[in-house]
Amino acid sequence: MRNLEKSDLTLLIAVAVLTLFAPFILNPFPADSAMAQFNAGYPDLMQRFVIFGIFAIGFNILFGLTGYLSFGHAAFLGVGSYAAVWMFKLLSMNVIPAIILSVIVAGLFSLLIGFVSLRRSGIYFSILTLAFAQMMFALAYSVLTPITGGETGLQLALDDPRILGQSQTAEGNIPVPGLFGLEMRDSFDLAIGSWVFTFNIGYYFCALVLIAAFYLAIRIFRSPFGMMLRAVKSNQQRMNYTGLNTRPYTLAAFVISGMYAGLAGGLMASMDPLAGAERMQWTASGEVVLMTILGGAGTLIGPVLGAGFIKYFENIFSKINATILHEWFAFLPDGLEDFIVAVLYPFIGKGWHLTLGILFMMVVIFLPGGLVEGGQRIAAWAKRRKSGQGSTGNKTEPAE
Amino acid sequence: MGILEVKNVGKRFGGLQALSDVNLSVKENSVHAIIGPNGAGKSTLLNCLVGKLIPDTGSVMFDGQSVLGRAPYEINQMGISRVFQTPEIFGDLTVMENMLIPCFAKRDGAFELNAIRSISEQKDVLEKAEQMLVEMNMADKRHMHAAAMSRGDKRRLEIGMCLSQEPRLLLLDEPTAGMARADTNNTIDLLKQISEERDITIAIIEHDMHVVFSLANRITVLAQGTPLVEDDPQNIRGNPKVREAYLGESA
Repeated sequence: MRNLEKSDLTLLIAVAVLTLFAPFILNPFPADSAMAQFNAGYPDLMQRFVIFGIFAIGFNILFGLTGYLSFGHAAFLGVGSYAAVWMFKLLSMNVIPAIILSVIVAGLFSLLIGFVSLRRSGIYFSILTLAFAQMMFALAYSVLTPITGGETGLQLALDDPRILGQSQTAEGNIPVPGLFGLEMRDSFDLAIGSWVFTFNIGYYFCALVLIAAFYLAIRIFRSPFGMMLRAVKSNQQRMNYTGLNTRPYTLAAFVISGMYAGLAGGLMASMDPLAGAERMQWTASGEVVLMTILGGAGTLIGPVLGAGFIKYFENIFSKINATILHEWFAFLPDGLEDFIVAVLYPFIGKGWHLTLGILFMMVVIFLPGGLVEGGQRIAAWAKRRKSGQGSTGNKTEPAE
Repeated sequence: MGILEVKNVGKRFGGLQALSDVNLSVKENSVHAIIGPNGAGKSTLLNCLVGKLIPDTGSVMFDGQSVLGRAPYEINQMGISRVFQTPEIFGDLTVMENMLIPCFAKRDGAFELNAIRSISEQKDVLEKAEQMLVEMNMADKRHMHAAAMSRGDKRRLEIGMCLSQEPRLLLLDEPTAGMARADTNNTIDLLKQISEERDITIAIIEHDMHVVFSLANRITVLAQGTPLVEDDPQNIRGNPKVREAYLGESA
């Protein structure tokens, strides 16, 4: 933590507190109340928050800093997952070697794909990465079925060698991923009054990894390397005439973000030891783009916020159905109730994409800096109100 | 033997012979202006010097080494810095960051994965950039976004960025194009001061005769892709060939 700027340290502490206390923060409603369905503090979803947070932090190092929009980053997440599951099959159920291999394999793939794709910039770069990702998806889905499990995905089996572990447990089951005896799926519940908080080992493992990944991102952002990446986005011509070779800078950013994606993929497989090709599909690549832009591309905290926001929507908003809507509006006269439910219905349940789409459009149009810009505007507004003067001094603050 | 030796350089674009048989020798520590009417090939020549274009024939030697076939960043690392017609700076970055980038490029070379230690820990580079900002009289603007500055300030910053790399040859492409008179004069003063105080060679491409005659101590006149004369300023003024090719248009 040495030599961290004060504002960065505050940010890091905020992220650490938010992730470590997430089981409380995400479960604000009593378990038996009507609002309980808005609780997001169950292990499965919390794990997804952090894992996609890591994915988006890495993606932001490429897109947020250099401006190179990769449309194929899910491919690296996918290979990370496959690598981890293979490690579980062949070596042991310990998550550490699995995650290390995920990062290395994703790094190698991103080195290759980045080397080719970065010969072009702008839309051509995006198309190249998309093409690579779709090729990898197609390979994983059919051609390479012996390695990837094809349509069914790669799963653990009772007869896997697991040379450093056991092929099956004493009870004849497939062992579960763990960390030196701690099983990732283990949780314990803490009931306080009518609230129930769940603490899951897998989640806390992911959370620690996220904090480390976030810390590393801060270091990169504040380093000369991070500044060079922003310079790439700003003016490549000037960089070339300043004696800097832009190619290795962009390639390094691409590989680093690919390794973050691999880390996320490895964690995903560690939480639930299977890997499927759909993780590599272009919709998954698009999702991380949405997360980064929604949260605020080029900012440190933005991608984490964006990832949490989208995953919350996906899991919570999509669970609201017509019956629940009717319950909410039951106090209204029948005709009006039916009308309001009919109007809202397309935006909930399976229609949550519609709501997300509208929100995304609004953010892009009114808050180009994403949720972070929204936060900054609110803070600036509060400050102005506090100081009681309507100064219009629009200070242009450097992007974080 | 000059620091920059251009020999028999020719460049053709399709049917257009942009440069033919260009010979040019820039003496160390001189201010050498290359002038000529529109379409004379000044910019093509400059692009051949910095690696943006590769000439079809001839050679370009800088300090005894050929620059041909090298990428712009490699030529810069050899000691040639270029100032553009429209200031090329990092508009999204702060003035201080603009100054830091060339300082890091000077210290670390074309690529360095300097990704863990923060900028604020690297005092040597910070001090150098700070000193350069003070020298360029821009220390009070250090937190400003570079894009928000005036044209004259952008030019001053760009020149400062080039100087912070301690180049041996500074190439300027119409450094005062599109500037107000006051900004032009400021730029002239700045360049004069640089050429007097530093161990540096300046090659300048310019349209504005006021700028040329204020700065240059050697002038090459380019017309239709080939050098017409190379001489001292006072001789250029009176040269009838030059008048005809260039000054004649307005004089």
